[in-house]
Amino acid sequence: MLKKIYFYLMLIAIWELVYKINDDILYAWAPYVLPSPISVFATIIGLLKSKILLNAILSSMRRLVIGYLISVVIGSIVGFLMIRFKYIEENFSSLILGLQTLPNLAWVPFSILWFGYNESTIIFVIAVGSIFSISLAVDSAIKNINPIYLKAAKTMGAKGYKLYSNVIIPAALPNIIAGLKEGWSFAWRGLISGEMLVSVTGLGQILSKGKDSSNISQVVAVMLIILSLGLVIDKFVFGRIEKSIRCRWGLM
Amino acid sequence: MFLIIENISKNFGFDSKANLVLDNVNLLIDKGEFVCLVGPSGCGKSTLLNIIAGLESASCGRIILNGSVVRDAGIDRAVMFQEPALFPWLTVIDNVEFGMKMAGIKREERKRRAMKYLKMVHLTKFKDSYIHQLSGGMRQRVALARALAINSEVLLMDEPFSALDSQTRNILQLELQRIWIDTKKTIVFVTHNIEEAVVLADRVVVMSTNPGRVRKEFKIELSRPRIPESPDVTYYVRKITDELREEVEKVARDEYDGGWNVEKDLFLSNADSNMGIGL
Repeated sequence: MLKKIYFYLMLIAIWELVYKINDDILYAWAPYVLPSPISVFATIIGLLKSKILLNAILSSMRRLVIGYLISVVIGSIVGFLMIRFKYIEENFSSLILGLQTLPNLAWVPFSILWFGYNESTIIFVIAVGSIFSISLAVDSAIKNINPIYLKAAKTMGAKGYKLYSNVIIPAALPNIIAGLKEGWSFAWRGLISGEMLVSVTGLGQILSKGKDSSNISQVVAVMLIILSLGLVIDKFVFGRIEKSIRCRWGLM
Repeated sequence: MFLIIENISKNFGFDSKANLVLDNVNLLIDKGEFVCLVGPSGCGKSTLLNIIAGLESASCGRIILNGSVVRDAGIDRAVMFQEPALFPWLTVIDNVEFGMKMAGIKREERKRRAMKYLKMVHLTKFKDSYIHQLSGGMRQRVALARALAINSEVLLMDEPFSALDSQTRNILQLELQRIWIDTKKTIVFVTHNIEEAVVLADRVVVMSTNPGRVRKEFKIELSRPRIPESPDVTYYVRKITDELREEVEKVARDEYDGGWNVEKDLFLSNADSNMGIGL
């Protein structure tokens, strides 16, 4: 841990040094190209004080959670339909794979034409970016269940709905959680893409404003905030859930 | 007859002659009888067990249990596999309760009965453990308790002790004999270990390979509990080993290159032979 802190302090020191050299001696690039770490830090403090940042984070998170929940529900349903009906699996899986590789950004114009410049547009972009990755993950998690579990369950009289709730879902759960985690990262990207192009409140909008006013400190500050939020959620929410499940399932 | 195996044939794929695994197998099993199927690898003994369990379908023939034809897996036939096949997300007692839960039995009743079967396999102390916290032998004992808890008349066992070390295996063989005497279940037990078959069974069915057929049956008329070291057991093992020698040599000739000459009487020289499975 201490080693890591030293490493990052050193990185920041080098960053400051490069900034200073250019600012005082070289003049090799314009001042809005590279901010100094001090001004980035000051910007973060300023944003925090003015409550702009807090409000932006809250409204971004609200959208993210709504969009993500929608995609978890729809994505899981699509995944289960693919398992349940061979017809859907055979005909839709390549289409879904294609839609999953489509970058979130590509959905923005479509979404604007459907919903206009508002909240729903961003939620749509978030959801649509992660639905397909979640449904593919659910599909493959169920397909990869060790067949011995299903055999054993059948000999003990598990059928239909009971087979799903007592065997198939718990057996697939570790891989489903991994898929949900991946879906979350797609949702996160969708959020920022959406907010940057559809100017409402939110982190993406502050980022976009920073660009409009050539304020590199603000741009980098918001990028750092997005990065740390993503990291924290990934580690403390999904990481924890994943770890506890893998532990109980005996996979560690 | 309680369990009738009638004209069972099985071939994989469409080329009916080449991939014939089981060829017209007939077997009659009495209620409460302990039958062991032995044979070299590839004789279709596990396939036959899976067909009886309803996990695989026969290409030809039928299984009749208690007067009705078997079509699918069901709770009238409990199955134990070579792997424990326990659910890692459930505790030991929840695993044992699984079949009863599927049958819609009330919680208190389930707990009570599960404890009875855990007591039978001496694992009540570990009832709240997870499966990955147990040793291989303990896992197989949980699997046995789970199979018993279904309370079926038939218990099908597919080499359940083959992955265990020999001490654990001996203990489990003794336990299984005791449980069989207590519960009076009909047991069909697949193994490649002749000694195990003689220790456990009322009747040992020797199968031939390629295609799988019933070669010969041996009635084992010895008092119980039997221990592997007894001279009577050794006598039967010798007799069955002689019967199987030719089959094992046949498998070796098929599975090894032509350059490797299989000498006569090379395999199965000692009593605890496992039919060349570890070659």
